[in-house]
Amino acid sequence: MDTISHMRREVYVVDGLRTPFLKARGKPGSLSASDLAVNAGRELLARQPFTPADLGEVVLGCMMPSPDEANIGRIVALRLGCGKAIPAWTVQRNCASGMQAIDSAIKDIATGRHDLVLAGGTEAMSRAPLLFNNKMVNWLSGFWGAKTLTAKLQQMIHFRPGFLAPVVALLRGLTDPVVNLSMGQTAENVAYRFNITREQMDAFAFESHQRAAQAQDNKYFADVTPAFSYTGEYAVVDDGIRRDTSMDKLSTLKPIFDKKFGAVTAGNSSQVTDGAALLLLASKEAVKKYQLPVLARIVDTEWAGLDPAEMGLGPVYASTSLLRRYNLRIDDIDFWEINEAFAAQVLGCVAAWEDEKYCREFLGLDGAFGKLDMSRLNVDGGAIALGHPVGASGARIVLRLIDILKRQNAQRGVATICIGGGQGGAMLIENVSEVGA
Amino acid sequence: MQTYKHWRLETDKDQVLWLYFDKQNISVNTMDREVMEELSDITDTLVNNTEYKGIIIASAKKNGFIAGADISQFTQFTDVDEAVNLLKRGQRIYDKIEHLKIPTVAMIDGFCLGGGLELALACRYRVVEDGAKTRLGLPEVKLGIHPGWGGSVRLPRLIGALQGLNMVLSGHTISGKAAAKLGLADVAVPKRHLVKAAKYYVLEKTAPHQATWLQNLTNAKPARTILASILRKKLRAKINPQHYPAPFHVLDNWERVGVQGDAAMDKEARSCGKLFFSDTCQNLVRVFFLQERLKGQAKETRFNPEHVHVIGAGTMGGDIAAWCALQGLNVTLQDRDAKFIAPAIKRAYQLFKEKLKEPYLVQKAMDRLTPDVQGYGVPKADIIIEAIFEDLAAKQALFKSLETQAKPQAILATNTSSIPLDDINSVLQTPERLVGIHYFNPVAKMQLVEVVKGDRTDPLVVEKATSFVRKIDRLPLPVKSSPGFLVNRILMPYLLEAVMMMDEGIPAVTIDKAMVDFGMPMGPVALADAVGLDVCLSVAKYLGKYFNSKIPPRLIQLVEKGKLGRKSGEGFYQYKKGKQIKPHDVVAEKSLEEISDRLVLRMLDEAFACLREGVVADSDLLDAGMIFGTGFAPFRGGPIHYARSRGINDLFQQYVKQRQQRGEKVELLRNWEAIIEAV
Repeated sequence: MDTISHMRREVYVVDGLRTPFLKARGKPGSLSASDLAVNAGRELLARQPFTPADLGEVVLGCMMPSPDEANIGRIVALRLGCGKAIPAWTVQRNCASGMQAIDSAIKDIATGRHDLVLAGGTEAMSRAPLLFNNKMVNWLSGFWGAKTLTAKLQQMIHFRPGFLAPVVALLRGLTDPVVNLSMGQTAENVAYRFNITREQMDAFAFESHQRAAQAQDNKYFADVTPAFSYTGEYAVVDDGIRRDTSMDKLSTLKPIFDKKFGAVTAGNSSQVTDGAALLLLASKEAVKKYQLPVLARIVDTEWAGLDPAEMGLGPVYASTSLLRRYNLRIDDIDFWEINEAFAAQVLGCVAAWEDEKYCREFLGLDGAFGKLDMSRLNVDGGAIALGHPVGASGARIVLRLIDILKRQNAQRGVATICIGGGQGGAMLIENVSEVGA
Repeated sequence: MQTYKHWRLETDKDQVLWLYFDKQNISVNTMDREVMEELSDITDTLVNNTEYKGIIIASAKKNGFIAGADISQFTQFTDVDEAVNLLKRGQRIYDKIEHLKIPTVAMIDGFCLGGGLELALACRYRVVEDGAKTRLGLPEVKLGIHPGWGGSVRLPRLIGALQGLNMVLSGHTISGKAAAKLGLADVAVPKRHLVKAAKYYVLEKTAPHQATWLQNLTNAKPARTILASILRKKLRAKINPQHYPAPFHVLDNWERVGVQGDAAMDKEARSCGKLFFSDTCQNLVRVFFLQERLKGQAKETRFNPEHVHVIGAGTMGGDIAAWCALQGLNVTLQDRDAKFIAPAIKRAYQLFKEKLKEPYLVQKAMDRLTPDVQGYGVPKADIIIEAIFEDLAAKQALFKSLETQAKPQAILATNTSSIPLDDINSVLQTPERLVGIHYFNPVAKMQLVEVVKGDRTDPLVVEKATSFVRKIDRLPLPVKSSPGFLVNRILMPYLLEAVMMMDEGIPAVTIDKAMVDFGMPMGPVALADAVGLDVCLSVAKYLGKYFNSKIPPRLIQLVEKGKLGRKSGEGFYQYKKGKQIKPHDVVAEKSLEEISDRLVLRMLDEAFACLREGVVADSDLLDAGMIFGTGFAPFRGGPIHYARSRGINDLFQQYVKQRQQRGEKVELLRNWEAIIEAV
């Protein structure tokens, strides 16, 4: 470990901004994934003492860019005026794409390849397309291939109305093909393992809304910049927070994934949302050269794999090994951001760490990892209230955690996220205000 | 091979003769006597030539194919016969080209206008580049004439009367792609294939483009009679034949002789020759050169702004920001809250869509326009334009803070239309940095921008501001910082006079009709409604302080009632969805000339006062300002030029008489003749 830390250069976060997170409202939102990233990025770059062309690279996480946004990272870099010469790429690790982008930027800086990298994630979930099903595609290719009028007529006879049934790309994207479970069903699995009740989930969801509303009122979300659309619409704040929700209201919602006997509802799951979050990462050299303010140091990242059928427990695996690498205990972490894909899954993570048997069997520990102080978890609310634009959330929670550490004068925090397909990602962040010697 | 001054001949390995037009000592190709005579000589050597596979005519210039005829020639003919003969000579040269035995191709990259397009039309094929810079057209009517080298004959013949005449009558230019679609060009290709395509037509000798039978039919006698009367009616709805006779001549000629044979060419030459001597042509040529003069300013100034910061996202600020982004600059647009910026973004999108059409270009322009609530653009901008509400203290406070935040070499500009610069800059450490850059509404339509120099403004800053205005393709008019500057100062008394005339019982429609007949784009009453009566009132009040002018009570009453003009649905007129509800025609007691004379005289009096006070440096600049800033009848050459043409002293005596009849005194200082002699 010593050798690793000697080889690598320190990585600092010097700035970050995100768009308001905008709840999908049944029709495509007015901003595409690249529009969202441009909205966040142009103001972020506008306030830097360097020019966009001084960046070394742009890395963007996005799970489902639209068909005309291939390598969306490059598109965004060019649209932000970084110029032709600045390379850019796109990363995809499902729900952790935004965190993966940051990790890729960390490597660029740590290895000395670049001094300044713009990294983050974006997602326009409301714009996820409807696709033709396979039968329709086969029929169409037969129709286009038919050379003569007779052949075309023959092909037309074979058409069936069922061919028109669309495939909802969003639902497919949120389904694990290997275990044939939707993400919500994996959360049901976690709830089953740790006996998490519907009431516990709803209470957690209620708290998320309360905390987010309070943070909004306290003007804590200074990392949110307005987003403008071509049609004259604009958004200033996250619009998914339900200030009027209550335990009563939450209890009336029906389970949506396991219809009859399940406990995971739309109310205790993250929302389907559009948004982008971007961070500027810098080496010590860049900080000195441009006299940049230092917000935090990213100590390290960890990625871990687990059973895809319980993907919601990903944070447990990633965070535990990250903390153990630095000989840290659960109490050594001042603040936690565990992305709220589902209340069941966050509560499952907390339960797992408290569960001696689970910790022995699955984490190889001698006993329970410890009890996580809920007052130090997601203190400004989470994705249940704000939404979970899958490509952006990983970057959002890192940015939020940095803000909380600064505000609370705390030393260190962990931002961690579960990943569809059975993975977890975690980042250890240290609150510093200047670069190390 | 013989050498020429303006043409270069090269033969390539396929025995294709390349005829490069490379006009000596100038960056843009235009046709004049010498160029045409050389072209004639070259053509003569090719009449019986079979050595070459064909000829490709191309431009050797970096910019454009041919801009048209050299306009400075238009005012140099001694009589109509000379003009007609020169036109006929040109027609014969183009005829020779048309009748060459070997194929001819015009390879067009960039603008191809007037006489240039007429040359291209005489070629067998036209191959055009498909980019944004390629524009083809016959804009002669904009100079009060019509094509004279066969264009008004060949174009309708090639693509049918409807499309062909439309281009000649409107003077509009079209893109390469549109030209190919109309059949005017044989093909539009990207630059990378241009040479290949040009050689293809020479070597393959495919059948030249011809009008379809339906298009041919439109040029036949019976169709001409019907179409001409329809087109004439449509034309009359837009322009007055007394002011702009040229398009009507085109229609008459076409109706009478059609598009075949010598008769059509002969008619074109004679008709065009006469038009050169019309007042309209002479004045429009004058306006063309006034425009060239404005364009030629600050050419040597080294100022290359990349980033513009605009403060205030209202109608003016928002539209200024959008215009700058459209012109390729990076723009940050600041206002107190996102909600003030959002409508400006919407308007920008509409503008870009209209101007750029291609979605990827629209997106590029949108990405250059950054909403900036926090004002991050201030320390980075090369030029900062303030367009907040008209309040001295607010502007002072703003510039005071900008002065410390902006780059030391950045230009600080105000779009104020009324507050003297030396009042604003009095609070600054460096008052010499502040300059006025005053746009007119609507920004995207009004070409003129007043560049305002305060007493303390550094001349170099004025130069840079002027250069900036050119870079965003507007026409800079240097003016002194006196109240109302030039355009509003002259316009306001004219508008107020119109309101007073209404008080005297003359109907608004009559007043407006009189001024439209005079040649204004809209009447003064409709203009006041369009500008907004509240805006008019505040400018009138403001100017009233300085010039001791009366404000008609009617204007005050309407504003008090919230009747603010078009924007509120009612002003002097009533509006429905922004459109004027046509009032009933009324029988006027006074003649329209009497009305327009009175209004124009009032305007002239203020114009001469501006000259006397040195608001602009000379009368040509004043004329240019009023034409490009208010649309003052261009075919009249500008207010001062108009006064000259009618006799300055006569008009002044009329004005004095008019005032005396109304019991007003005219200061001796204001003697127009004396002013013009002193300038």
